[in-house]
Amino acid sequence: MITVKGLTKRYAHNTAVDHISFEVQQGQIVGFLGPNGAGKTTTMRMLTCFLTPSGGTATVAGFDILEQPHEVKKHIGYLPELPPVYPEMRTGEYLSFVGQLKGLTGSQLRSRVDYVCERCSVADVRNKLIGKLSKGYRQRVGLAQAIIHNPDVLILDEPTAGLDPKQINETRDLIKSLAGDHTIILSTHILPEVSQTCEQVIIINKGKVVATDSVSNLQNRARSGESVLVEVAGRNGSLDPATVQRRLEQVSGVSRVVYKADGQKHLVFEVESAKDRTIRGDVARAIVESGWDLNELRTAAMSLEEIFLQLTGSEISAEPETVVAAAGGQS
Amino acid sequence: MRNIWIICRKELRSYFVSPVGYFLLVMLAVIFGFFFWNALGYFVNMGMEAQMSGEEIPMNLTEQVVRPLLSNLNVIGLFLIPMITMRLFAEEKRSGTIELLATSPIRDYEIIVGKWLAAVLMYAIMLLSTVFDFLYLFKYGNPDLKPLIIGYLGLLLQAGGLLAIGTFISSLTKNQIIAGAGTFGICLLLWVLGWVGQYETATWAQVLTYMSVITHFESFAKGVIDSKDVIFDASVIFLGLFFTGRSMESLRWRS
Repeated sequence: MITVKGLTKRYAHNTAVDHISFEVQQGQIVGFLGPNGAGKTTTMRMLTCFLTPSGGTATVAGFDILEQPHEVKKHIGYLPELPPVYPEMRTGEYLSFVGQLKGLTGSQLRSRVDYVCERCSVADVRNKLIGKLSKGYRQRVGLAQAIIHNPDVLILDEPTAGLDPKQINETRDLIKSLAGDHTIILSTHILPEVSQTCEQVIIINKGKVVATDSVSNLQNRARSGESVLVEVAGRNGSLDPATVQRRLEQVSGVSRVVYKADGQKHLVFEVESAKDRTIRGDVARAIVESGWDLNELRTAAMSLEEIFLQLTGSEISAEPETVVAAAGGQS
Repeated sequence: MRNIWIICRKELRSYFVSPVGYFLLVMLAVIFGFFFWNALGYFVNMGMEAQMSGEEIPMNLTEQVVRPLLSNLNVIGLFLIPMITMRLFAEEKRSGTIELLATSPIRDYEIIVGKWLAAVLMYAIMLLSTVFDFLYLFKYGNPDLKPLIIGYLGLLLQAGGLLAIGTFISSLTKNQIIAGAGTFGICLLLWVLGWVGQYETATWAQVLTYMSVITHFESFAKGVIDSKDVIFDASVIFLGLFFTGRSMESLRWRS
């Protein structure tokens, strides 16, 4: 549905987007993830033919953005970072205006306006001035505007930015529900958004694509070997950590055992395996056979934000707010 | 054509959902009303004096009231035009709605012509409010209708050119104040350029005089359509809109 080849945007003093290439299949929701200033918006603006690339090209819905921008525009719906609404218009009026811009007429226009109002839950503010709407409503009007002509491709730039948690969830659900009919690219710098809404993720940093994969693959990939957290307790009274550690190290396939912490009666170890070895069964057996209690055993999966940090380097640390928000949402 | 009308209707509407449109209308009506009252008062006074002194003074409503009033109207227009055009593109650029227009299946020229047309219609509506004053003349006298109609045509044509320049300047900035002030400056300059012709006859002075919009309004005010003036106004319209097109295109490279 979308093929991007070597897309580049250079400004006088910097390169905002540097030879990025990726593909998006029909019907997918793709997360375009990166720290602020990574080039997400610039890329989206080029895909929507708002900006002309300095190099490379892309096809959207089968049309080249350089050769056939007019056709591309017919097949995309675009929600920029700030919803492009006119505060002095009423919601219904505005949607009808956008519908006309996209080439809808007559009864088709009316039925599409009705449909998107219903779909994006803005029917109750149809006769209100957009300037008087809350941020959440305005965002939904923005989404309604993007889907009014039933485009093949939806391009959403930070659709949940500035919303409260409830609105964020509603917006995400709405986007997910749109996935069947449209191919969606959404940009964000919030990680849980990607794991919750998207199937594919494209991570971009400093204008370059640093990873393209499905969300689950990416999580697996960062987990080089398996890491298991075990909580062990003695049957009667205290237990010597060193003994347990020695025993765990003897289990075949275990590469490293780290003594994490002990509670009152139990000890916690992080056991890492060599690549491609499954050790959970052996670890459990070793503990039980030694006569200790196995209180807990779980995989310490690397979360998406760790992958993100790993891939984008120190860039994110300048943005503690994002990390906290991400960690909160992920747990 | 349909797209031009969609844009034009939206722009025209936005003049009247905000106080801007009404404000401009009222302002022109009041200012022109004063000019009209003044001009008529002078004319009537002159007539009375002529009667009292018994002298034969040629009195002509068209030449002594309508023509100077049309010229005055033209000058008042110069001050109002920036207020009509300043928001056209600057506002869209500031609020980001330009992204909606520029990513919709509609050509740049359709956006530009639509917006310009809305400005011209707005100006035409404003001119309409001054027609009532002239109607008053027809009730009590009999001025010529033809010079009046041609005068209005000239006003509209010339405003078309200045509005096109204003549209262009508005497309250069996000700031409405800069767009308005810039347009006002250019309008003023195009008005006073003709002054050099009063004392200088060199070629450069003639060129400057020719570039002055006022020079090209004189024959309209006399009720004469001179193709030279029509071509001048048409060229200004075309150039203004053409540069707006270039400016929109550059947006696709810069922003």
